[in-house]
Parts: sequence; C-alpha cells; structure tokens
Amino acid sequence: MSIEHSAAAGAHSSHLRTYVTGFALSLILTGLAFYLVGHQGFNRTFVLGSIIILALVQLFVQLFFFLHLNSEQGPRWKLLTFGFMAGVLLIVVVGSLWIMNNLNYNMMSPEQLDKTISQGENIGL
Amino acid sequence: MSENMSESVAITHSHEQAVADKTAFGFWVYLMTDCVLFATLFATYAVLHNNTYGGPAGAELFKLPYALVETLLLLTSSFTCGLAMIALQRRDKRQIIGWLSGTFLLGGAFLAMELAEFSHLAAEGHSWTASAFMSAFFTLVGTHGAHITVGLLWILVLLPRIARQGITPHTARRLALFSMFWHFLDVVWIMIFTIVYLFGALHV
Repeated sequence: MSIEHSAAAGAHSSHLRTYVTGFALSLILTGLAFYLVGHQGFNRTFVLGSIIILALVQLFVQLFFFLHLNSEQGPRWKLLTFGFMAGVLLIVVVGSLWIMNNLNYNMMSPEQLDKTISQGENIGL
Repeated sequence: MSENMSESVAITHSHEQAVADKTAFGFWVYLMTDCVLFATLFATYAVLHNNTYGGPAGAELFKLPYALVETLLLLTSSFTCGLAMIALQRRDKRQIIGWLSGTFLLGGAFLAMELAEFSHLAAEGHSWTASAFMSAFFTLVGTHGAHITVGLLWILVLLPRIARQGITPHTARRLALFSMFWHFLDVVWIMIFTIVYLFGALHV
C-alpha cells in the first residue's frame, strides 16, 4: 500500500520548487524582453532576435516547469503529440507567410513596382 | 485477510490512477489541437498585420506597459494555479480553495483589462471592422480571451464542488485538468505578448 501510494505520488510529483523556479524564470524573461523593446539604444535586429529567443525560452520553461512535459514516464505520448502539433504549427505559420508574401510580391500595384525598381531590385523586366 | 484488503485498496488506487492518467492525456491531446487553432490565428495575424487600411498600426494603438501588467497578472495566476495543485498533493482543502480563488481574481482582473482595452479601441474607431489588421487582432486576442472566460467559469463550477465534496478522485482529476488548461493559456498569452505587442512596438 505505502509503496503503491508513493509510486503514484512520484509519477505526478510537482514540487513547490519547480513552480517557484518556473515563475521566477518567466518573470525575468518577460522583464528582459520588455526592457529590450523599451530601451532606445539597441540595434533593432538585435532586439528582434533577442525577444524571439526570450519568448521561445519562456515557452519551454513553462512547458517543463508548469506543464511537466519532461517528467513523463514510459512511452512519451505527450511528447509525441506535442511534436506532431509543432510540425503542423510550423507548416501552417511558415507556409502561410511564405505563400502570402510571394503573392504580395507578384501582385504588386504599379506604385509599389516603381518603388521596388527605384530601390534597385532586379525584378526580371 | 488484512493483506487481501490492502491489496484490493492498492488495486483501486492504481485503477483510479490509470483513469486519471488517461483523462489527462486525452485533455493534453485536446490542448494540442487548440494549439493548432491558435497557430492558424497567429498565421492570419502575421499575414494581415500590415493591412491597416490607412489606419494606425500596432505601435500607435497598443500601450506596452498596459500589456505588461496583463502579462504579469496572467503569469501570477498561472503560478497560484500551480500552488493549488501542490495543495492538492498535500490534500489541503482550504489551501486549494484559497489558491484557486486567487487564480480566479487574477484571471478576472486580466479579463477586465483586456475588455477595457477592446472597448477603448472600438470607441476610438479601431474596431474589428476598421481593417484586416484589426479583424485579425480581435480574432486572435479575443479567442484567447474567450478561453480565459471559459477557464473562469470552470473555476466557478469547481470551487463549490471542492468545498462540498472535498478531495475525491473526481474533484482531484477536474482540478488537474483545469491547471493544464490554465498553464496552456499562459503559454499562448506569452506568444501574443511577443508577437502582437512587442513586435508591434518595434514596427515589425
């Protein structure tokens, strides 16, 4: 009975420390991203790259510390479905942006076309 | 005899555990499909966010400190929800009710701020009919807000049940599912904060 009980508790052990760590890390990452965007002195590309990385890090912090994606035992079905979802997500988001940007480029208005040519881009005319 | 009895108790426990695990996994699969729903809305927003129809872009419309306060409210509510789960492991009914009420108040404050932002935008003439950008914005952020509303209703259903029935396998399972749902909404909000508000402030 006691072995059974502790095994059941072990499978779902979420300790206070895990939540506090996750919460503290999330606060730091959010604060850092906010500071980078609000500060005027930084290079724009650097800020953009940084906040993307900070958001991705926070995504995994919350997945691990709050949603316990890494504490699965046996066949990792949660991870498998997560991976499948991530694949679908990338296809939908990257595919949409790719297709729609290409469409915008190929269906430029005459004014936009003039602007693009004057910017020195060879568009094959 | 007594050994037999404890064995049967152990079997019931592992059976309940198996049911709880299966339910949790089923709910996880639902959350993954919900992620795909949000992915389509994020993709729509990313495609349409420059189509402002002559109106202002995100940088002029959104106030970053306001969005930061919203983020902190939701993040803290996610934390208190985690504390309710720890109280569940300790079988401390009063603490569960306390932390869950805290989660409700923080989530409610977040929703109130979001609705205030929406009505402010609409009153200034930037409603969902103003441009493709505004439509995409209201659909994305509004869908998240609708999920938050469902989560708050869920707490309202859950609280009296826990108060009346105490910690049973049934209420424990419900609470575990709710906490997954709430943490998931926090993750989605982090993406909204970054892609809508921070990118918007940078004129992406």
